[in-house]
Amino acid sequence: MDAILALPWFDFTVSGLVLGSIYALMAVGLALIFGVANLINFAHGAVFTVGAYIGWTCAVALGLPLWASVVLVALGGAAVGALIEVIAIRPLNRQSRIAPLLATIGVGLILDQTVHMIFGANPRPLPVAMPAWRLTIGSGSVGPIDITIFVTGVIAAAVLYGFLFHTKLGMAVRATAQDDDAAKQMGVNIHAVNMAVFAIASALGAIAGLLVGIYYNAIDPNTSFQIMLKGMVAIVIGGMANVPGAIGGGLILGLIESYGIALFGASYRNLFAFSVLLVMLLVKPNGIFARGRERQAEPMTGTFVTQSKPIRLPAWLLVLAVIVAALVPFAGKPYVTQVMTNALLYALAGISLTLIAGTVGLISIGHAALLAIGAYASALLTIAGLPVAIGLVVAAAVTALVGTALAYPAFRLRGHYVAIGTLAIGEIVALVILNWTSVTNGSLGVYGIPPLEIFGIDFFSTTPAYWLVLGLVVVFALLQTRLLSSHLGRTWRAIREDTVAAETYGVSSNYYKGLAFGFAGFTAGLAGAITAHQFSYINFDTFNLLTSVLLLTIVILGGLGNVAGAILAAILVAGLPEVFRALAEYRMLFYGVALLLLIRFRPQGLLGSG
Amino acid sequence: MISGALLTARGITRRFGGITAVDGVDLSVREGEFLSVIGPNGAGKTTLFNLISGQDRMDAGRVTLDGRDITNLAPRRMAEIGVARTFQHGRVFGNLSVMDNVLIGCHTRLKAARPRMPVIAPVVEILRALIRPASVKAEEAAMRAEVREILATFGDRLTPRLDQPTYSLSYANRRRVEIARALALHPRILILDEPTAGMNESETAEMQGIIADLKAEGRTILLIEHKLDMVMRLSDRVMAMDNGKVISEGTPAMVRNDPKVIEAYLGHSTIGGDEPAEASLMPEAGLQTAEG
Repeated sequence: MDAILALPWFDFTVSGLVLGSIYALMAVGLALIFGVANLINFAHGAVFTVGAYIGWTCAVALGLPLWASVVLVALGGAAVGALIEVIAIRPLNRQSRIAPLLATIGVGLILDQTVHMIFGANPRPLPVAMPAWRLTIGSGSVGPIDITIFVTGVIAAAVLYGFLFHTKLGMAVRATAQDDDAAKQMGVNIHAVNMAVFAIASALGAIAGLLVGIYYNAIDPNTSFQIMLKGMVAIVIGGMANVPGAIGGGLILGLIESYGIALFGASYRNLFAFSVLLVMLLVKPNGIFARGRERQAEPMTGTFVTQSKPIRLPAWLLVLAVIVAALVPFAGKPYVTQVMTNALLYALAGISLTLIAGTVGLISIGHAALLAIGAYASALLTIAGLPVAIGLVVAAAVTALVGTALAYPAFRLRGHYVAIGTLAIGEIVALVILNWTSVTNGSLGVYGIPPLEIFGIDFFSTTPAYWLVLGLVVVFALLQTRLLSSHLGRTWRAIREDTVAAETYGVSSNYYKGLAFGFAGFTAGLAGAITAHQFSYINFDTFNLLTSVLLLTIVILGGLGNVAGAILAAILVAGLPEVFRALAEYRMLFYGVALLLLIRFRPQGLLGSG
Repeated sequence: MISGALLTARGITRRFGGITAVDGVDLSVREGEFLSVIGPNGAGKTTLFNLISGQDRMDAGRVTLDGRDITNLAPRRMAEIGVARTFQHGRVFGNLSVMDNVLIGCHTRLKAARPRMPVIAPVVEILRALIRPASVKAEEAAMRAEVREILATFGDRLTPRLDQPTYSLSYANRRRVEIARALALHPRILILDEPTAGMNESETAEMQGIIADLKAEGRTILLIEHKLDMVMRLSDRVMAMDNGKVISEGTPAMVRNDPKVIEAYLGHSTIGGDEPAEASLMPEAGLQTAEG
């Protein structure tokens, strides 16, 4: 107890507030956008990174003074934000509810890859001359950097307040956030409002990027995702569209992290944030500042997926496709067979995600976690001595059970909240794998996973492995298609279309979401397990956010809920960039652009959503 | 308590912030009775129905069905005990076919496809859906045949469109699908929330015919309706609400001549009116058509 009391709590509080004001800057932008556009901006983290690099260019490459750098970063961020709105969001005006969210994921990938291409993948220092004094208070101290960041945060909040409450455009923003249809009827230019909000939010996000760079004297092109998640946690704490709440949420999150690190160590840092997120979504989804029971929202109009009739491929064509696929190894190009095996593993995972995201309508951005669970389960069990064949099946069953249990907290969530919830669950799984060293070997990963050998038959050589995976894809595609034509298919789709109406007719939506996750978890776990045996080595990062986003791209490209579409799209998305090596280098850019174009021009996917 | 009452509600109250949307409402429906609730916009009719059917939670009050307490039961449980409702703005499953929409109404009656077993039910349900033993096949076929029968009561409105997604249907047809879905539940009590809202005259007349047939079958029906003409023709009893309170209750003739009801409608008619058909809200118009 004394040891805990003796910790430098004042310093932890200062660093918590400094961190918190940065999270608050991110969160305010996310909250503004959510309020006006009813959208969680997944590109917000990339804007943060862009801000950091504009800041580096101004402060280090051009040697400008700090105040000038901040102004230029704000302007640059605003320009990027306005562009995002005009290019990615505005054209999607009357599309399905989930379309703009997916578009922002695409934009995020594009921005991140652009930064990578210009500045390289390695972190670089961002030294800014600061006076050397420190103000000693009691046992702790405050330095000029702390004060600069805190003051910048306060000034930004004050400017924002002035804009929202003392300008005409600000009033239009507030009116649009309350009721965009009514605002439009009163002559508010919604497009201008949306653009202004994206510009302001992105300016704040970009400034946050610069400040973090100065604080740690380092900028890193790979931080987008983490910082965006922190912003999301902050707005969930504060209440999604609540701007002052977002500031409070940011500060609270900063303090929780700072104290948590003090007590448990830095490797658990993100675990706090995501656990707070999950608890908030479950216990107080309207934020801690919300009062009482909210009035039930009116049913949303329009359907979840784009209205379309899926294209039914004739049976002979499907049989022909399978035969042609089975003949691939005879082309005499082992490399192509290997690439196709990999693409078919994505197809297997894609089939499972299209059930969850397409048929049931739970847009999951954490699907890689299911693959990881299957991979680790099979790897650890077979290393412990279980035969590979049994290891695969047990791993799939474990994934079905554990995956469903983990996803359960997200079942209560709707629409965009599901995306945040699954993202957090996916990250928690990765962090548990990383920190549970005694079982998972932590960051070192698991070595020496036995090769694919099923009852003494070789499935690890290129050709048999390919046939095995092809066979599994065919079998699971058929099984899932059969489920979709049963009462389960219509029940799942009814839940997706209108959960309230489905419940009114006696459908237990949680139970049926659980069934879908169970079946999909089995399929995904199998895909992950086979991947593990093929690679013979896995670590916590083998199945990461990019895997999840890639799978989501596959599922959207194929048509949400469309089994054949998912397989076709997996071959296109995971196969093509490898075959054309030039594309492989710009893979993320390719995925981002593909996602963006797809949602804009063929939202129902190649074969139509079902 | 009225003897033989199927559904009884006592002192139902729901507050939104400072507003009491439903204020101590009592209501009871006998088996086979047709009770209509009328009242100007904002009187609290839909809120009352949402409370009775479990869509919303009441702050005070008690509801029983056949003597069993069903206060604030989840909508899913309500469906299981035979309470079926339609929604004011029509909530069909847009991307599902007409057939599948109505089949969802049969969900609570699936026996073979939905095993009731502890722990292993999920696995068994998936396996049965994959293997499809004869019992499951027979059940599904029977349900489909029944859905066709229900849809046939709407003439050739829905039958030719069996496999079309409901987003492609006209508004009136979507409302018909909703009623068919409610009937597929085999409801003990049918709650209809403005089934003719947004319909033109001929569609309204057709819907009125269908509801008259439902009444003739002896069904227990709770109806919210703006069109007094229809209410007066079909109801055994009418309840008028204003500002969350019951202001009049009795036979159609009694309620329609109640000065409080006339006042409530006239007082509101200048500000109400979200649809042209509400011209019939005027008591005079209602009286004329009802007697004509």
